[in-house]
Amino acid sequence: MTTSTKTSTTDIPLTAPAPMTPLQEFWHYFSSNKGAVAGLVVILIICFMAVFANFVAPHSPSDQYRDALLLPPAWLEGGNWSYVLGTDDVGRDILSRLIYGSRLSIAVGIVAVTASLVMGILLGLIAGYFKGIIDTAIMRIVDIMLAMPSLLLAIAIVAILGPSIVNAALAISIVSLPHYVRLTRAATMAEMSRDYVTSSKVIGAGPLRLMFICILPNCLAPLIVQATLGFSSAILDMAALGFLGLGAQPPTPEWGSMLADALQFVQRAWWVVTFPGLMILITVLAFNLMGDGLRDALDPKLKQ
Amino acid sequence: MKTGLAKITLALMAAGAISTSAHAATTLVYCSEGSPEGFNPAFYTAGTTFDATSKNMFNRLVEFKLGTTETEPGLAESYEVSSDGLEYTFHLRKGVKFHTSKDFTPTRDFNADDVIFTFDRQGNKDNPYHAVSGGSYEYFTGMGMDTLIKEMVKVDDYTVKFILTKPEAPFIANLAMDFASIFSKEQADFYMKKGTPEKLDIDPVATGPFQKVQYQKDSLIRYTAFEDYWKGKAQIDRLVFSITPDASVRYAKLKAGECDVMPYPNPADLKQMEADPNINLMSQEGLNVGYLAFNTQKEPFTDVRVRQALSLATDKSAIIDAVFQGAGKSAKNPIPPTMWSYNNNVVDYPYDPVKAKKLLAEAGYPDGFSTNIWAMPVQRPYNPNARRMAEIMQEDWSKIGVKAEIVSYEWGEYLNRSKNGEHDTVLLGWTGDNGDPDNFLYVLLGCDAVGGANRAQWCNEEFNNLLLKAKQTSDKAERTKEYEEAQVVFKREAPWITVAHSVVYEPIRKEVKGYKIDPLGGHYFYNVSK
Amino acid sequence: MFQFIFRRLSLVIPTFIGITLLTFTLIRLIPGDPIEVMAGERGVSAERHAELSAQLGFDKPLYVQYFHYVTGVLQGDLGNSLITREPVMKEFLTLFPATIELALCAAIFAILIGLPAGILAAVKRGTVIDHSVMTFSLTGYSMPIFWWALLLMLVFSVNLGWTPVSGRIDVVYWIEDVTGFMLIDSLLSDEAGAFSSAVAHLILPSIVLGTIPMAVIARMTRSSMLEVLSEDYIRTARAKGIAPWRVIVIHALRNALIPVITVIGLQVGILLSGAILTETVFAWPGIGKWLIESIGRRDYPVVQGGILIVACIIIVVNLLVDITYGIVNPRIRHSR
Repeated sequence: MTTSTKTSTTDIPLTAPAPMTPLQEFWHYFSSNKGAVAGLVVILIICFMAVFANFVAPHSPSDQYRDALLLPPAWLEGGNWSYVLGTDDVGRDILSRLIYGSRLSIAVGIVAVTASLVMGILLGLIAGYFKGIIDTAIMRIVDIMLAMPSLLLAIAIVAILGPSIVNAALAISIVSLPHYVRLTRAATMAEMSRDYVTSSKVIGAGPLRLMFICILPNCLAPLIVQATLGFSSAILDMAALGFLGLGAQPPTPEWGSMLADALQFVQRAWWVVTFPGLMILITVLAFNLMGDGLRDALDPKLKQ
Repeated sequence: MKTGLAKITLALMAAGAISTSAHAATTLVYCSEGSPEGFNPAFYTAGTTFDATSKNMFNRLVEFKLGTTETEPGLAESYEVSSDGLEYTFHLRKGVKFHTSKDFTPTRDFNADDVIFTFDRQGNKDNPYHAVSGGSYEYFTGMGMDTLIKEMVKVDDYTVKFILTKPEAPFIANLAMDFASIFSKEQADFYMKKGTPEKLDIDPVATGPFQKVQYQKDSLIRYTAFEDYWKGKAQIDRLVFSITPDASVRYAKLKAGECDVMPYPNPADLKQMEADPNINLMSQEGLNVGYLAFNTQKEPFTDVRVRQALSLATDKSAIIDAVFQGAGKSAKNPIPPTMWSYNNNVVDYPYDPVKAKKLLAEAGYPDGFSTNIWAMPVQRPYNPNARRMAEIMQEDWSKIGVKAEIVSYEWGEYLNRSKNGEHDTVLLGWTGDNGDPDNFLYVLLGCDAVGGANRAQWCNEEFNNLLLKAKQTSDKAERTKEYEEAQVVFKREAPWITVAHSVVYEPIRKEVKGYKIDPLGGHYFYNVSK
Repeated sequence: MFQFIFRRLSLVIPTFIGITLLTFTLIRLIPGDPIEVMAGERGVSAERHAELSAQLGFDKPLYVQYFHYVTGVLQGDLGNSLITREPVMKEFLTLFPATIELALCAAIFAILIGLPAGILAAVKRGTVIDHSVMTFSLTGYSMPIFWWALLLMLVFSVNLGWTPVSGRIDVVYWIEDVTGFMLIDSLLSDEAGAFSSAVAHLILPSIVLGTIPMAVIARMTRSSMLEVLSEDYIRTARAKGIAPWRVIVIHALRNALIPVITVIGLQVGILLSGAILTETVFAWPGIGKWLIESIGRRDYPVVQGGILIVACIIIVVNLLVDITYGIVNPRIRHSR
């Protein structure tokens, strides 16, 4: 927080503000939001853990230490410092499982968000660009999806495809599609009436060029914000599906299914339930903080 | 809960109830694991439904003696069997009263009409009630009663004669099952006349120790003790089923005194329950068996040596530890040891990979082969974690060169595909319905069941003839002999690896007295006091 | 105005048809045969299987089944559950009050905490109070609520024993089912203590279910208040020397509430999604749990009918929100 911001902020009061590049400007606004920076830091740490899980984790996530079943966290009586956050019912190290779990959660987030982003942008652009019957059809489908509780829809989709982590990610991306479609469509429609689009049209730019080269870059900002927030809801939904037994299948160390597996030990060993939940909370919170910061930094209305 | 009771006591004292016999209404709370599917036990097959209906609300002609799998007289005081085994004459109990419900008050006692109505409804397609509420009677048809009962004759008001199409020794045990619970014909006629026959299945009156007062779906069922119960009123005044699907929540409620009896505890909580001074952890061997069935119509399992080899290669003790967490017993026969005719002289295949490898080589597979193990997607008492069980077997078999792939399907698919014999080997199990060995051996291994419940697709003439002979005589000693012999044949032929019989645990609060575990898996509260 | 409402309504009809089609297809795409699930380990013979599927109408072509389903729906008949054999509508009506009761209490909790917190944060903008309110609400917004439910239950019910573990009321009270709302029914019954027991059972589930809406409301109230507080008429009011609390409560709040009410309306979908998880953890006999279990049991009519009703509720609430908004804000009416 302190070191990273000095380049862009210190010189402003001294001289007349030199025009900042868009990136600089963005960073200026983003970094003035402490929460957002904190979120970013946490996300970087989690990504680091995810990428280097093999080196960071003290144990393998699937190794069962049969002589260390349900050990409490190290600082409690009976704990052991080689299992910092304790062990689960078959003697697996919880810390290691959490670290490997971050890999899954980040991966699921990326897959789900990318999939829904791509599909959402496509549908939204088409709806906004062509209008008329195509627009109506797409928007009715979106309305239908929005009329169902998203979790219920996700459950049904996973039930069809069979419970697995990939299918859960797919279900989540389908369920979160409507937001992206609506956002892109609204932005496209707004851009369509701008002069630059009209002039490009006059010059003779084809619809593809218009959609992807002219319009899309100009409605990216809200999509980026939505994607960040979509990350957090993807992780939450994934955990909820895992909790209901429809997400990752054991012994995959996914946070939600870790929680669900540990449920039967909740009376005996609070730590098997507490830490995975805490991990979900922290990650989701970090993405939400960053999303907030991004919105403030990217939304021109709030910049002043 | 406690404070509530205390308040009632206080209120009674304040009202000046000096009489020593007066006592606060005792309520027993049973934290059941789910909602009953409905209140007509004849429609369903789930134990959860039977607990809420047949076990505590209804009676049958003959009943299981509590805590055993033997039958005792119920609504029939006695019965006689003709020498050819085709005619069963039941002498009914007199003076048995039915419950009274909100909209129906019985005017007569239980009699032969009620018995005939109960069975005629299920078996006779022309009975006006047959098609009411969907009209499928799973157990009645499943046990073959529709083809077995030729005719029912009302000899007089208190005598009924059943005429069968063939001698069938397990018939009496079948009549003690839940689907044979006796309904009131008077009530049925009453609703039929009112044009609302389906109400019979929602609010039936019965003759049992408790009558239903209220049912709130997914929440609770309330019963009161039936004052005029023919065996005498139950010792508790009120019975409540508090529906709590999650086992750890049930345990939390038991600890907090919010329930008195809970079924199906988490194996993980057993140690703690045992140590709790307020909880009495009861246990009994369950009437079940978990097994792995080889598809005996598929290569290489057509060869008995292959089946024997894999039996030898499987380390059951590892499974008992890991899958049952000690709450199970290694099985050697297809029927559980608490059942009559269990043959204790049968010698199980020991864990002997060396011998297994040799047998496999003799059968022409010195380097093993590739196969699959189907693992159930659901938890059952006879197999709490099929996936882990399959993993252990996979590991064991790999030591003799057999490479097994673990396969699983959605439960309905799983049952259907394994019925059709698409598997190489399949994990499954069975919980007994009526305590008769026939209910295990013939249902699961008889030739008739190939393509059905006989997942080994195994039809062995010697074995099947023994079972058929045992079915036709009602002499128990003779039947015992035949079943014992059949178990020897079974072990030799090894169509299954008999894995385990699970132990049933039931934690109850210390205040609860007189509770007995039912080996058939039911939960009865008539004898309980608090 | 009527034209606006009419236009909105006409959009609902295709959505409704789409939902019937979607639910009908979805549940049939799920692998697994309800008849096999019903029969269990015993299995049914092929003839019996055919007989049963004929009885349930599964042997007909899909479009015929769909046609039957839709004509039934139009006559208000959602079919019977395959398991309990009772009408889906009847089951829904017995379970729905429990969900409504829980959702309403959660909403009340969310509003009671979220609204004042948001106002406070806006008024004390930039102070520690503002920051902590925002931090708390963002934490609430990020909460995995099934975990939150477990945590609260573990602490308050199991360890401290302050609140009951699960259920709607202590079983010693025999409450007549009059309205289906336990709070009302327990008041109607003359059993002393029943009402307080019903309240005690509602506390934890309401907090859990209300956490996310509370966070949303607090954030929305804050930003809406900030916007209003910077308007000219507020400055004028302040300049006139009106007491600060009067400015906030009488002048600012009234205007700031409009978008907040919209947001509250839009929480219905979130509440129903959350109810699925909350009801599962607290063994609350509501429709969320009912739907989940029915998906597991392949109870086609229940899943079709249940989702349809839930979707209709969400559509109607959204429509009402839209219309109210249109009335309040004439600009919306004429756009599009």
